[in-house]
Amino acid sequence: MINNRLILAAALTAAAASSVQAASRDYISVVGSSTVYPFATVVAETFGKTTAFKTPKIESTGSGGGLKLFCAGVGVEHPDITNASRRIKSSEVERCASNGVNDIVEVKIGYDGIVIANAKSAPQFNLTRRDLFLALAKKVPNVNGGGELIDNPYKTWQDVNASLPATAIEVLGPPPTSGTRDAFVELAMEGGCKTFDFIKAMKKQDKKTYKGICHSIREDGAFIEAGENDNLIVQKLESNPAALGIFGFSFLDQNADKVQGSIVDNVAPTFEAIADGSYPVSRPLYFYVKKAHVGKIPGIQEFLAEFTSDKAWGEEGYLVDKGMIPMPNQERSQFAADVKGLNILRLAK
Amino acid sequence: MNKPAVEQMRTIDRVNATLKQRYNRECRFRRFGLGAVLLGLLFVGLMFLNIIGNGYSAFQQTRILLEIDYRAEVIDPTGARDPATLSSADYAALVKSSLRALFPAVQGRGEKRELYGMLSSGAFLELRRRVMADPGLIGTREQLWLPVDDDIDMLVKGYIDRRLPESERRLDNRVVAWVEQLESTGAIEKQFNLTFLTGGDSREPELAGIGGAVMGSLYTLIVTLLLSFPIGVAAAVYLEEFAPRNRWTDLVEVNINNLAAVPSIVFGLLGLAVFINFFGLPRSAPLVGGMVLTLMTLPTIIIASRAALKSVPPSIREAALGVGASRMQTVFHHVLPLAMPGMLTGTIIGMAQALGETAPLLMIGMVAFIVDIPGGALDPSTVLPVQIFLWADSPERAFMEKTSAAIMVLLGFLILMNVIAVILRKRFERRW
Repeated sequence: MINNRLILAAALTAAAASSVQAASRDYISVVGSSTVYPFATVVAETFGKTTAFKTPKIESTGSGGGLKLFCAGVGVEHPDITNASRRIKSSEVERCASNGVNDIVEVKIGYDGIVIANAKSAPQFNLTRRDLFLALAKKVPNVNGGGELIDNPYKTWQDVNASLPATAIEVLGPPPTSGTRDAFVELAMEGGCKTFDFIKAMKKQDKKTYKGICHSIREDGAFIEAGENDNLIVQKLESNPAALGIFGFSFLDQNADKVQGSIVDNVAPTFEAIADGSYPVSRPLYFYVKKAHVGKIPGIQEFLAEFTSDKAWGEEGYLVDKGMIPMPNQERSQFAADVKGLNILRLAK
Repeated sequence: MNKPAVEQMRTIDRVNATLKQRYNRECRFRRFGLGAVLLGLLFVGLMFLNIIGNGYSAFQQTRILLEIDYRAEVIDPTGARDPATLSSADYAALVKSSLRALFPAVQGRGEKRELYGMLSSGAFLELRRRVMADPGLIGTREQLWLPVDDDIDMLVKGYIDRRLPESERRLDNRVVAWVEQLESTGAIEKQFNLTFLTGGDSREPELAGIGGAVMGSLYTLIVTLLLSFPIGVAAAVYLEEFAPRNRWTDLVEVNINNLAAVPSIVFGLLGLAVFINFFGLPRSAPLVGGMVLTLMTLPTIIIASRAALKSVPPSIREAALGVGASRMQTVFHHVLPLAMPGMLTGTIIGMAQALGETAPLLMIGMVAFIVDIPGGALDPSTVLPVQIFLWADSPERAFMEKTSAAIMVLLGFLILMNVIAVILRKRFERRW
């Protein structure tokens, strides 16, 4: 009994000591997008190895979850940096402000391409965004015209576009919680959706319905939610040559012997095509820094310098080796200058 | 009793008529049972084969033998042997010049970049560690095995097919030719991968190890054990030996049984709300992880401990009370030691469950990239199953074997815990 009491007492003291410890933190805490995670972690590791500072802790919480944690307040118990595979929303900036997080530094780090790939053993697809929309949307315009929307009737790719093979539509993609899914829906589906004039006209009048049409993916089995794990999608594609899969460019880059990226709008998903912006399904990656923490938590400024150095995000930097697509020189030097001066984010209202 | 002979005959006839059928039925049932066991074994066997087949190669790491020249003008130009200078010296340059010496024909920026890329980007750290440990090395030469990049490692281990056309391979013909040249001279070989067992996480597969995750798991389990065992046993002893039987204790009992069935993620949410947001404990710390897992394992331990207490024969209690022991003495001197083996089994099963848990830790920030090996229950850390989860999601192909190898280590720990449970139980049983 005495022993038990001692152990309990020890645990309670440990708990008390920890709240003291929370009053100061000697490592950088980063949260946010799982898409930026592989890049942020490389920078963090290099930073930890080459400086006297501790290696930053990086949590993979998703863009939305990361911004929620980030905006929870100022102080050592809140993260210093959040990664995002999309830009911060004005609603999130407001939430930040209501919790006292006023000065946020925005850093764009580069681009990530989203590829639609299939197994090497099958012929390469040549798609347009319109094809993707017609093949995957929940509701599509009636072929007879008239601006009427019907439940997606297409069974094979040939039904969608006569030049495509007559295989059944089967696409493995990420679930709605994933940033990759958001980006795919926004860039590919909406891009194809907009090619119908009457839907495009709807955008001005009724944005909600417009989004509902363009952003809804069919639920009749043609689109299969394959989970967040892109490696799994690659494996499934390999064993099922009839299927297409949606995932990030770095997985295509690593598995070029197993899968091939489909051509979208006449552009193949290559490093160069994503970098110069001609490949249509690519998105920018960001991270956001809490300016109030700079100087309080050791190493933030040095970490930013490492991230924005040419040896990291430059055209031959180590982030490129990990599959990130760098920004053009001019954009890069502009963001590097913003970071150096810790210029605060201003969203255009 | 005295039934007519005709009827007796009829009974034995009926028995005989169905005898074969009954034997068949039993035989079928036995076969079904055996089949079920074999099927289970088959799946376990397949799982083990698959994991071991994928993972065994991660315990080896390809290394290249290089002659390193610790040039004083690069490491310590002033000769002051100042640790700060030694630590920030350009060791990568030493590695690069050794590589150039090995392949003198390599010219041009692109080609050189490719050559340097053959070695792990962390290879220079080994030089730094050696020089920091022994500054006497400066100015000398040394043969050193240095780790290669993960792509080369995959090539040497045969995961990259050399016969594929160049465009479909991650390595071009030039690099493959270099590797083959090294293979012919024996300057490249697979060696035991100690880094995998002792190192922290890394984004470079050849530098990544489970050391940090194992330490994180250890601290988490220590916290869990220190909290859940005393609380669980105390709760079980009170409920079983002291508590009055009434509606309140019934309610408590029902709730403990219900808690055992609560999905573990719920405990994570609770931990986030109570321990982190309310009490302000640090995120990602094994302390919080251990507290959350305590909540999760408590029902298991309480239920197992109560079962163990119930199985102690009442005659022991009565005999102790009969010779004048107090109820507390009865419980602590006689009942508890007898029930201990069962309690320990329950505790170890609970611990094994906690060791394999990921979902609740997701909520409290233990799913994170942490390079530094944690030194205590308050340092940010991750645990083994989380490490497996993170690696399984990494694009680099070399992480696939690391994932399987980490699963092997986790399974090894689970088997070890079960063995310890059996041994402890046996020893306690012998004493009483």
